[in-house]
Parts: sequence; structure tokens; C-alpha cells
Amino acid sequence: MCLSIPSKIVAIDAQNIATVETMGVMREVSLDLISEVLETGDYILIHVGFAMSKIDKKAAEESLQMYSEMLEAMQDEERRELIEADDACEKRTRQ
Amino acid sequence: MSRLELKELYTGFRDAGVIKALAKQICTEAEKLCEPLCIMEVCGGHTHTIMKYGLKQLLPQSIEFVHGPGCPVCIMPKERIDQAIALSGMKDLILVTLGDMLYVPGSISSLAKERALGCDVRALYSPMDALAIAQQNPGKTVVYFAIGFETTTPMTAALLQKAQEKGIKNLLFHINHVLVPPAVDAIMHDGEARVNAFIAPSHVSVISGAKIYRGICENYATPVVVSGFEPVDVMQSIAMIVRQKNEQRCELEIEYSRCVTMEGNLKAQEMIRRHMKPRENFRWRGIGDIPFSALELKAEFEHYDAEKLFAEQLPHQKIDDHKLCICAKILKGLAKPKECSVFGTACTPNQPLGSCMVSSEGSCNAYYRYAQV
Repeated sequence: MCLSIPSKIVAIDAQNIATVETMGVMREVSLDLISEVLETGDYILIHVGFAMSKIDKKAAEESLQMYSEMLEAMQDEERRELIEADDACEKRTRQ
Repeated sequence: MSRLELKELYTGFRDAGVIKALAKQICTEAEKLCEPLCIMEVCGGHTHTIMKYGLKQLLPQSIEFVHGPGCPVCIMPKERIDQAIALSGMKDLILVTLGDMLYVPGSISSLAKERALGCDVRALYSPMDALAIAQQNPGKTVVYFAIGFETTTPMTAALLQKAQEKGIKNLLFHINHVLVPPAVDAIMHDGEARVNAFIAPSHVSVISGAKIYRGICENYATPVVVSGFEPVDVMQSIAMIVRQKNEQRCELEIEYSRCVTMEGNLKAQEMIRRHMKPRENFRWRGIGDIPFSALELKAEFEHYDAEKLFAEQLPHQKIDDHKLCICAKILKGLAKPKECSVFGTACTPNQPLGSCMVSSEGSCNAYYRYAQV
């Protein structure tokens, strides 16, 4: 019920209606609930035909950057664990 | 200039590797927890994410979920649906509502069944579509049966404002907008609930701002984290809760920072304040009466209020929950759906007895779909 879809603004008309693109689908939404100035290329959250808020691209990028570093760290650690396991295996063979 | 692709807003927050990395981090840090965590995800959207992506299975035993009351369709009492049905049967009346509401059973019927019998009931994509329907049918009365939490309320207010501006007189409102904080208070206030942390709703918070949970955070000394709906968001929020617990903090934090601020959407809040006021009492299916937990139109908009205008023709009899239903216990975290004697047998998504089975966001419904017995 409270779900919302991130969409990209393609055009804004004089009646404060934006044409937005959501994963290839175009639709029209009202901007009546938004006070800040929006422009084409902005990302917005839409819910039952209205824009609810502008998506803060910088905050999204910061989160994604943090996750990508976390992922890299985990993959490094897994690689190290594999190498250590491999080394341990060699030692056992030598014994 | 940002180069963030729109699709990264989906894929980036659903990445399996990141979910795994977060699960690993949570498992390590959860070893230091002094007490088991009982997290209530208030919103049905989060329940859905947790079940759909199997997040519970990635977490240690010490972290448990209590699925909260945050599905406006589930908590709608039967008497309100009976009122919608009564309206839909009136001569020269068109009842319009959001699609989610059509299949929810009232005491003996649903709006979908009434439509099949010939009543003019229409599902809207957007509340604004009600304007065109009213303009195209000048000889009829159009009633918008308005449902939803804080997320959907400003859209109803915007519709009322537009109807006034355009001088449309044949569009009326039946308001059923409900509020999140009083429902959480109703569950927590007697001290029976086992909840000791909250994942707060995503899009309610976009409108109202994270500030509305300050009271919950302070009154119950629990961490509250406002989370996005994607699985990575939910895992990150759990990581934030675990960290707060380990550092003995009880704070209000925002994980969903790309969309939520402390203040929220002030224009939308003002739009609501201008048209609506708190309702003295609203009965929640599964919980019961909660004072000031819903909204109604202000007295100056009485001539738009279908509830007032048709007061004498509408049924007002209260209808109790089914006596075998344990929804109230489930909502407090005192029982799991599978402990209910009618779960999956007498109570199914096609024939729901209790509130938690009604919509796809209800906890019983999610268990039925993703964790079948």
C-alpha cells in the first residue's frame, strides 16, 4: 500500500504535471505536493499519481559507495581465508 | 553532476553480495548483544521484504521479528467496509477507491462482489482520477473512499483542494486515513509486548518526517531506525540497531537518507493540516479502539464529508474480530502466525478471518505465501 517507485523526470508542464519514466514506462504525476524546484533528470519517489519527494542522489551514491567498499572488503577476506586454507592444506601434506 | 543511473536505485539496494556482507557483519556484532533483539518492523512493506528475500534465515537466533500493524488495508474494521458497501448501493452514486480496498471483506460482502452485482464501484490509479469521473457524471454523486497511512493522506487533501478550486460539487469523501504513532503506542503501552527495537516505515516518514517517532524512542527506550524498503536497506537498518544496542544507545536514526529527513515533506503536512483534524476514536481491526489514531475532515469541509451527509443511511454497528483470531497477540509479538488454530485452514488470503491475513502486506498473508506450513 505504501510502496513507492523511484522515477526520472522527463518533462514538466505548465499545470505542474511531470512526465516521468519508471524502468521504461512513461506516466504523468502531479507535483502539487513538492515545494522545491524540480527539473528534468531529477529522480523522484511517486505514490498514487503524486511525487512525494525528490530523491537525494548524493545520499544514494554515498550509501552505494559504502556498500561497494563493504563488498570488496568481504571478498578480500574470503580470498584470504581461501589462501590460508590452502596453505594449511600444504602444511598438512608436508607433515 | 551526478551519474547515478535510475536502475541503481533498485539493483544497488538488492545486491545479493551486499546482503551477504551485511549478514556477516550483523552475525559478528550480534554475538556481543546482552539480550535477544525483538525488532518490530511497523510497516507491512518491510514484513514483505523480510519474508520475500528470506532475510530472517540470514540472521542469528538472537534476532527476531515482530510484524507490526502497518498495513492500512489489514486494519480497516469491517464496519467501515460495510459503510463503503452501503454507499456503493445508493442510487446515482459512484464509489471510487484505491484498488487494494476492493477485495477486503466486510461483514457479508466486499466492494468487488458488489461491483459484480451491478454497483458502480471503480478502482483508481490516482485519487486525482476522481475529478474527471465527477466531471463526466454531473448527475451523479462520486464518493472517494479514502484509505491509507500518512503516505496517502496528502493526496486526498490535494484532491479536495482541486475539487474546491474547480468548483466541483458532486465529489464527496469518506475518510479512513490512519496514523502510525498512536497504533505503535496502543501495542506498547501496557508493557506486554516483547518488542525492544523498531524499524520505522519508509514512506510514511517521507511525508511526516522521522520526527514523529521521537516519542516512541523516548517513551519505550528503544532504538528506532527509519529504513528503506529494499533488502539491503532492511539489513543495514538491523546492523544499525545492533550497533545501538551494543553501544547502549536508544536513538532515532535514518537509514533511508536518500528519501527521508527529520522534518519530512512540510508542504504535504500543511496540506493535511489545512483539511483534516484528528478523529476522537478509530477502531482498528485486530487492535480495537485507539483514540486520536485517525483523521477526519475539518468542520468547514462538512459539505464534502460523505460520512456526515449520509450519516443516517450508513450502518454504524461495530463488528468484532472472529473469536478464534489471535491477530492482537501476533501484533504484540506474543504469538507467530503458525500458532493460530485457523491459520492456513479456515483463514486464508482468499477467505481471511483476521486482519493479518487480509492484504499481501499482512504478516499472516506473508507467512502463508513465503513460509507455508
